[in-house]
Amino acid sequence: MFSVATFLSSFEPLFWAARYTLLISVLGIALGLVIAALICAASLSRIAPLRWFAALWVSFLRGVPLLVQLLLFYYLLPVIGIDVPALVAAVGTVGICASAYISEIWRGAIQALPTGQVAAATAIGMAPRDIWSRIVLPQAFTLSLPALVNELILLVKASSLVSVVGILELTRASQAQAATTFRPLEVYLAAACIYLLINLCLAALGRYLEHRMAV
Amino acid sequence: MPGASSVEIRKVNKHHGQFHALKDVDLDILPGKVTCLIGPSGSGKSTLLRCINFLDEYESGEIRIDGQLIGYESPGGRKMPARKLREMRRSIGMVFQQFNLWPHMTALGNVAEGLMRVRGLPKAEAERRAKNALEKVGLADKMANHPSRLSGGQQQRVAIARALAMEPRLMLFDEPTSALDPELVGEVLNVMKTLATEGMTMIVVTHEMGFAAHVADQVAFMEQGELVSVDVPDKILHQPKDPRIKAFLRTYHERNSF
Repeated sequence: MFSVATFLSSFEPLFWAARYTLLISVLGIALGLVIAALICAASLSRIAPLRWFAALWVSFLRGVPLLVQLLLFYYLLPVIGIDVPALVAAVGTVGICASAYISEIWRGAIQALPTGQVAAATAIGMAPRDIWSRIVLPQAFTLSLPALVNELILLVKASSLVSVVGILELTRASQAQAATTFRPLEVYLAAACIYLLINLCLAALGRYLEHRMAV
Repeated sequence: MPGASSVEIRKVNKHHGQFHALKDVDLDILPGKVTCLIGPSGSGKSTLLRCINFLDEYESGEIRIDGQLIGYESPGGRKMPARKLREMRRSIGMVFQQFNLWPHMTALGNVAEGLMRVRGLPKAEAERRAKNALEKVGLADKMANHPSRLSGGQQQRVAIARALAMEPRLMLFDEPTSALDPELVGEVLNVMKTLATEGMTMIVVTHEMGFAAHVADQVAFMEQGELVSVDVPDKILHQPKDPRIKAFLRTYHERNSF
């Protein structure tokens, strides 16, 4: 039968493991946002080779499963003499992979702005730098928020894949816990609750930001 | 109005891909005068207007504001440096058919933005002048509203205030009332009439023949990229000689009679 006691006692060890899930997600997102900004700028650049690079970056990272990217990152780098700790490999891969999706979200949002927005700023003599920082980016960011929150939630869940490089995050820890207690149902239900909690928080943050930046 | 601009347009040509949008257009606009550009859609009126502040780039010919060529360093020469072009645009106000207000800023923010970023005024001074400009178009009480909370007519008046706050010497209007519900057209035209009586040089692309008849000093008729005829309103609107103008006015009257 379902044991409430086992279910409740599963939370404590899993919370510890969830720290890794959070750490990898948060650092991965941060890295992803920074790289995405650069890739997005490259994809909108007037310089053709930059656009080609951005297109290549996006199509490779979207075309190869995150799991395969992780294994490549983890096993390939030592071959060329770079030894990376598992955590660095995990954060790096998650961040790089997320950057491909986020840059496309931003590019779409920027291109969705009516052309008249920039025309009006150009007509009064605003410089390109001001047009970007004051007119285009604030609107594009607001426009991109729902898709961005969606992407972040996917990323938190995808972080379970980093267990393949030996990191004991939430999913891997619940597997271990289930194996030792012979109580998979209670343990996985606890794990599901923790994932849900994290993602509900993210969704709430997204709604708050959307509300605050609403026009 | 002291310092109202003159505009000279000489043999201007422009293509959109294969399409010859402007064909050897010539037009003179004297300081403080109101010129209305009329004609069927696709005739090149808006394109010509957008060439005057080089938002659309003409390929040959000359457009001079107060004698100074816009867009190029010399006729047929290199493009003018971006900074120089921005400087010229500062004194040319433009009002668009779709208003193009910035939705993430209040009415006051929309008007103050250019004063801060382009004219480099401190925030307090920019907002003081922005408020004056909004007062002039009768919207001082709406300055804290975002565009989405304003009617079309109010949005267009904010857009006019945004242009006026920059203290332009020339105002370009691109079908300023075409996107408005009929009952909101009057408030925008009234602001424009006031501006005209103050001696602003204005170039107005419009389908409002009443405005053209009563406010314009000259009316220019365009068709298929050509400037067919330019004259005082009465000559174009009431005694047209060219068959193309006659045909255009006939469809206009048919559409507006019931």
